[in-house]
Order: sequence, then C-alpha cells, then structure tokens
Amino acid sequence: MEILYYPGCTLKNNATNFEESALAAMKHLDIHLKELDRWYCCGTVFSMAQDNLMLKFGAIRNLIRVAEQEQDRLVTLCSMCYNTLRRANAFMRSDPERLRKVNDFMYLEPQTYDGNVRVMHLMELLDQDYGFERLKEKVVFPLNGLKLGAYYGCMLVRPQEFSIDANYESPDIFERMLNSIGAEPLDFLYRLECCGAYQTVTDPEVTCQRTYAIINSARRVGCEALVTSCPLCAYNLDQMQEETEKLFADFESLPVFYFSELLYLCLTGRFKQEWYPKHHVDPKPLLQEKNLINEVVV
Amino acid sequence: MKKIGVFVCHCGLNIKETVDVVEVARTVKEQNKEVVFAQDYIFMCSDPGQNLIKQTIEENNLDKVVVACCSPTLHETTFREAAKEAGLNEFQLEVANIREQCSWVHTDKQLATKKAIKIINSLIEKVRLNDSLEPVEAPMTKKALVIGGGVAGIQAALDIAEAGYPVVLVEKSPSIGGHMAQLSETFPTLDCSQCILTPKMVSVAKHKNITIHANSEVDMIDGIVGNFKVRIRKKAPYVDPNMCTICNDCAEVCPVWVPNEFEEGLAFRKAIYIPFPQAIPATYTLDIDNCLGLSPIACGKCREVCEANAINYDSYDEIIEEDVGAVVVATGFDLYNMEKMQEYGYGKYPDVIDGLMFERILSATGPTGGQVRRPSDGKVPKSIVFIQCCGSRDPEHHNSHCSRICCMYTAKHAKLYKHNVHDGNAYIFYIDIRSGGKGYEEFIQDSVEKEHIIYIRGKAAKVFQEKDELVVWGVDTLTGKRVEVRADMVVLAMAMVPSQGTLDLAKKLKMSTNEIGFLTEAHPKLRPVETVKAGFFLAGAAQGPKDIPDTVSQGSAAASKALALLSSDRIFHNPETALVVEEYCCGCGICVSVCPYGARVIDPKKKIALVEEVLCESCGSCIAACPTGASQQKNLTDSQLSNMLNAILKGVS
Repeated sequence: MEILYYPGCTLKNNATNFEESALAAMKHLDIHLKELDRWYCCGTVFSMAQDNLMLKFGAIRNLIRVAEQEQDRLVTLCSMCYNTLRRANAFMRSDPERLRKVNDFMYLEPQTYDGNVRVMHLMELLDQDYGFERLKEKVVFPLNGLKLGAYYGCMLVRPQEFSIDANYESPDIFERMLNSIGAEPLDFLYRLECCGAYQTVTDPEVTCQRTYAIINSARRVGCEALVTSCPLCAYNLDQMQEETEKLFADFESLPVFYFSELLYLCLTGRFKQEWYPKHHVDPKPLLQEKNLINEVVV
Repeated sequence: MKKIGVFVCHCGLNIKETVDVVEVARTVKEQNKEVVFAQDYIFMCSDPGQNLIKQTIEENNLDKVVVACCSPTLHETTFREAAKEAGLNEFQLEVANIREQCSWVHTDKQLATKKAIKIINSLIEKVRLNDSLEPVEAPMTKKALVIGGGVAGIQAALDIAEAGYPVVLVEKSPSIGGHMAQLSETFPTLDCSQCILTPKMVSVAKHKNITIHANSEVDMIDGIVGNFKVRIRKKAPYVDPNMCTICNDCAEVCPVWVPNEFEEGLAFRKAIYIPFPQAIPATYTLDIDNCLGLSPIACGKCREVCEANAINYDSYDEIIEEDVGAVVVATGFDLYNMEKMQEYGYGKYPDVIDGLMFERILSATGPTGGQVRRPSDGKVPKSIVFIQCCGSRDPEHHNSHCSRICCMYTAKHAKLYKHNVHDGNAYIFYIDIRSGGKGYEEFIQDSVEKEHIIYIRGKAAKVFQEKDELVVWGVDTLTGKRVEVRADMVVLAMAMVPSQGTLDLAKKLKMSTNEIGFLTEAHPKLRPVETVKAGFFLAGAAQGPKDIPDTVSQGSAAASKALALLSSDRIFHNPETALVVEEYCCGCGICVSVCPYGARVIDPKKKIALVEEVLCESCGSCIAACPTGASQQKNLTDSQLSNMLNAILKGVS
C-alpha cells in the first residue's frame, strides 16, 4: 500500500526518531509512506478565528498538494498536524462561500480545492485499513510484559467531532494498538489531559506541574513507560522531566516512547542506537530488563 | 339574497387603537350588498354585546353572521351559542380575527384598517357558502382502559372504578406498582414508598370494577372515541394466579439465576419468580426467555414440586379483546442509558451506579437489607459523590430538558446515606437546585445545614477508578477552582426519559410526542391531560418528568376527564369534518396514509375513501394530500377558499 504522508516540521528536526521509526516500521508492513511533495507548515495551532482565513492557508495549501497528486488521503504522524489539517479541512468544507474565497485568493495554485481530502492519523490507517489483527500477526518480537500508558493528550481526541476515536470520552484505539503488539496498556487518570503544550515556552513551571501529575498518575497504576504520538507531548513529558525533578523532590522519572518506536521494536526486535539520545529518560534499561532488544551480532 | 350581519368589536382599545372600527363597519356594509347590518361595539363578548347579536339576528332575520374580534379559539363558542339562542344554526356564524392577526401586530392605523376590512370580507365570503350543520353523534361504551400500572395508572384506575365504571388495567411487567414500588423512602417527608403504595395496589386488586392484565401489552386500538376496540396481548400465563399459593417451592428448585430487574441488576432471581413480596397480581411468573425449557426432559423441576398444581407448561399467548370508551395512557419513564456517559465510567466501574440502583441499596427490602454497601466488594462506602443532571440539561450531548425530580431525590439519597453511615461524607455536584414543591426547599436547606451534605456547584467532568477508590474531577464554579474528590461510590442522577413502552405505544397508536418522546398534551396549560386524539388522556411521567405528588394528581385529573366522557350517554363531535365527493374519489388511499387520527378508511365495496366523522379532527391533511380534489372540508370547500382568497387579494397586483 502506498499513501501520501505529511511529516510536519518537528519530525524533520527534534523528532527525527519519530519519523525514522515510523517509516521503517511501515516498510515492514509493506506500507509505503510517500512524503508529500512541497509540503508546508500546517500552521501548528488551528486558529479559532472564524473570519481570518489567512490563518488556515498553511493547512489548505498542503491539502491542495494532495489533490494535485490526484490523491484523496493524507496520513500524519504528529497529533498536532493531524488536528490542524483535519480541522482546517472541515472548516473549509462547511461553507461553500469560504471555499470560494480561499480558492479566489489562491488563484496562482494550478487547481482549486474542493475540500475532499481525508486527513488520517497513522494509527487510524493501521486500525481501519491495515487492521490491528493483521499487525498482530506481523509482530515478531511481542512486547510481552511491558506495561504502558497510552497518552492521548488533547489533539487526538479534541474537539469531539475531530476525535480519532468515536468514543471521545473513553477512547481505546491507542490501547488496542498496544495490545496488538503484545504490550499491556493500563488505564490512567491523566491519559486524556493536556500536557501543558506551549506553556513550556512561556511558563515552564506549569508544564512541570502537568508532567508531575501525568507521570505520577501513570506510575500509580503501574505503568513502566508512556507512549505518545505528539512531539510536543513527548518534549513536555520527557525533556521537561529534568526541570520537574528540580521542582518536586519526590518525582520519579519514567521513559517516554513514540508509538512508532515500539512498532519498529516489535517488528524487528531492534531499537536504533541514534534514537536513544533523543530521549531524556533513557529507555534502554527498561527495554533490557524486559528482554525486548534482540540485537543481532554479526 | 342572503342577509348577513357584521359586528366589529373594539376590544376596549386592543383593536380600536389601531383599527378604525367605525370606518371598518361602514366600508364592509358598503362593499357587500348582502350585508344588511354592520355595527361596531366596545366588547362583543360582554353580555350586552351578545344580546346585540341575538337581537339583530331576530329583528333583521339574519341568515349569516360575521363577528370581527379576537381569535376564534377564544370566543367562537360564545358567539355561536348566542346565535343558536337566537334560532340561527351555529355554523352560520364565523369569527374574523382582527386582533391577534391585525391590530396587535401592526402600528399604521390606515393600513391596519384596510387589512381588517379584507379579513372581514374574506370571512363574509366563507360564511356565504356555509352549510348549516348538526353535531356528529355516537354512542358511548362506559368502560375505560388504563395502560400502565405505575402509580399514575393505579390512581387513574381507582378513581374511574370508584365512580362506578369498569376499568381494564394493562401492565407490561408481572406486577403493578411501577418504579414507585422500587423506591426506598420518598421526599420530602421520608415516608416509606412501599408502605404508602401497597395499600393502593391492594385496593386495585380487590376492586370489583378493575380487571388487571399483567404481563400484557396493548397491541392495537381501533375505533373512535367512546367506541374503541382494544387488542391486548397477554403473555402465556404458565402459573395460574388463582391456584398459586406463593409458597416459593418452585423458585427454590429452579436452577436458573438471572439478574433481578426489580433490584436493578444488583441481585439475582430465579427463572420462576415473584418480583417482590407485595406483587399484584400475587403470583409467581415463569420467565420463558430464561427458563431451561418447558419439557420434563429439559428441566420441569418447578412443576414437579408445585403442590397446588398451579404450573401449566401447556400455555400460550392470549389475545384479549375489550371495548372501551376512554383510554388513559400512563406508560411511565425509564432512566437515560448510563452507557451514553462514558466520562463517568458506567459499565467500567461497578461502583458507579444510577439513582434507582441506589434506591434499592437504601431500601430495607433491597439486596443489602437497607445497609448501604457498594456493589463491587460490599464495603460500606465512607464517602459518596452524587452527580446531578446526568444527561439532563445538556442539549449539546444528551437531553435538553430538566428531569425535575433529581435535585430532590439526590438530597434524599445523601440524607438517607448520612442516616445510615454517620461518619460518611456526601458530596453533591449540582448545576443549580430546583426545589419548587411544597416543603421541598425546606428539605434542601435541612440537608445543607443539619446534615452537612457538601454541595459543590459545578459539573463533574470525569470519574476514574484508581485501585479501589473512585476519583471524581469537577469544577466548583463558586470558587472557580477545579476540584478532585476521592470517593468509594458514585451515584448518577440520570435523566428521566420516556419508557420504551411509551415510545413503542406512541408509534403504534400514532400519538404525538415531543423530540425526546414524551407524549404531547392537547394544550400545555389549558388541556394538560387531554391529547389531540379524542378519548385519549395522559397521566404520569409518560407526559413529562414528574414527582409522585404530581403524578398522582395527574392520574386523578386524567380519570376525571375520562369520567366526564364516560358519564355522557352519547358523544358529540364538531361536524366541520372532511367530506368525500364520491364521484371524484379514485380510492388511491393517500388520505388514509396521511390522516393522523385514523379517520380515513377505504370502503371495501365502493373502493372509495370514507370519513369517520367522529374521528376527524378537521386538520385538513387529507384535503391537501388528495390528488383529485375529492377530499373537501365541510364549510371550508375549495370554492369557499378561492372566494376568500379573492376577497383578500382584491386590489393587490
């Protein structure tokens, strides 16, 4: 299967491990994520301004790129890109007048946009197109005994009409995926709560408080690591643990993974060396303890 | 030539201020040569006003009258009665609405006057072609059907029976009593619910005028007001109530355990069971869906032990036919499905329960014997969080309506819990407190001040289980802070919604409902227990959320309306019904499908459509739908309508 894929900025910079692991893992499943030609920043945060269409152009231009290639689906990895692109698309589609204005403005684009691209998250693709059952069959090194907290954060489930899981108050797509790769997902209190997002720039203490609460609630139920699909969540939950430790004397750290790293791990038994430095809390001891790394010595 | 009289009312200043009434009377007379008399008067509805009409009819030998005044829904009857007294057929009088549809909604006096003249002219055109009609008459079957054996149906049945008329009471479940039989104690007096209900249930059982059909459902109601034909489907009565001695031997040997509906699934019952000790009819019921099988090979244990020989496996569903004159629908409520509120973790956490389950836990006859214990491990909860408005007042996600009783029963729950567990903490999340009944506000104040129940104004966002504790997140909107309460149990005050039986029946009988499915009354203020279906009356929570006092009052009100109907020997009906011009009718049956009242039928012999005049409510649906113009309405025929339109549109280009 080949499908257009939208990386977004962070995956090309801070979160290269996220992109590399996803592309590599998908290769094992015969899913070719084809990078979108001439992609553009998604706009990062979906603007709530109803009247300022300018703020949605970033997202819309990306969707035009998809239509240009005569494709109707676009896969993202980052939860934030997923949210921004999906909402911008729906915003345009909901009003023909708006769509007309945008198309008028972008008259230099080779074609007009009709709002018919479907934005999907990779997890959705695996669930709906590939199937978690099929994924399970492909798993060579199941993550047996690994207790994980699936951290959705905000962008995968909110607002409710753009939720990755129809059951937005109690989603389980993430848990079902972790189950299919042999891990044991645990329900924890803060799995759907905000990580502090951009407060990390202006008021890092707020983020530390969130990190403290989120990781503690996961620890309380026995999670050995958190899993996320958002580079910003990963930054706040992982990198910010350094600051959190300084603020809360009783804080105990917890490794944080991208879900794609675990997909790669269960398909190959390997965790690439260059990914370790991307983690603040080193996941290696945990992976070794659980006997999950099967490095082949040549 | 017809002689028409026109009377123009001032309605004090209501009409006169905006409409030049003198000019109207003058112009109308000038424009219509058939109008032999036209006059304005300050209050036509007053006694002198009515006398003016009567006198003028007699003195001028009027054939037809138009009164220009307020809406016909208000005084049409008044004026038609007056006309009748003066010897005129009442249908030769028409009301032209120049108040609601003219003076009240306009400010330009000149234009309003012109409009009033047009309105009156159009009514003159209508009345010109009006036929003299006589009310439609039909005989009356002096017997009532009450659907639903909750406290509303019980009250209605008792009142009708007391007045001397026979009542057929149909109940879907094995016993009458409804939800009230499940309740522990009732607000605001804290008297035991069963103690006050069971005497009424016994009266029903003993009353010579009441026939109870339990385990039964109404299949179909045909016919017309005063003469309904009812088909009742009674589930196979495997246990003969007259022979059953309620010894419990059968239940002892029955090997099947299933969740007990009466205990809201908190306890189990056998496949042959009595729902609760005071059940009426007092007999055991065999639950055929869960029974292992009716042949001795499969099981047959209960029949073997029954000394009274009351159990007969060779039993079948029965169809019972009854003729009744009036129907009281009291099909009650269900609680909104908790599974729709995933944020509160119902189904996931056993200690998150709804209000009815908590009633059973509080009840002395309940699964815990009146001791407050939580379902998961039987531990006495040291703290309980109550969440009000679950599924109510939330139009975005659930229902927009207020369920009316939750503020009160939640306060009652918290109070009874505190009486039971003295050192327990009760927290109530609320939007605001609605305690409008007699003694209700005092009850709430008492809960806050004396019982130290902690009221938190705000909604709970989420319930989560950590180890054996439930974490409740919410917001206290009075301090603006987020709160986290750790509790042993959570009780959700789920919205009251119409019962499944109500929804099914409304569909079957084509009764109108609101968007949630509560049955609609004929007028929200002035006809609260009647429906637009003549002869159908409403009682209890099927019409809208209600507490026990209101339910009982409505039961009595519905009974008195039914009695007013039953006490007349013949019934009369407005004759301005649909009619069929037989030579135009092709028998296509479109009118039958659009008629909401079942008044249109196809004559099997002539193959044309007929009108059951007693059923017709003159809504006009069939007339609009008729493709050939065969359906007409008496005194509102196509030619009348066309003349009326001409009168209104005259001078309009």
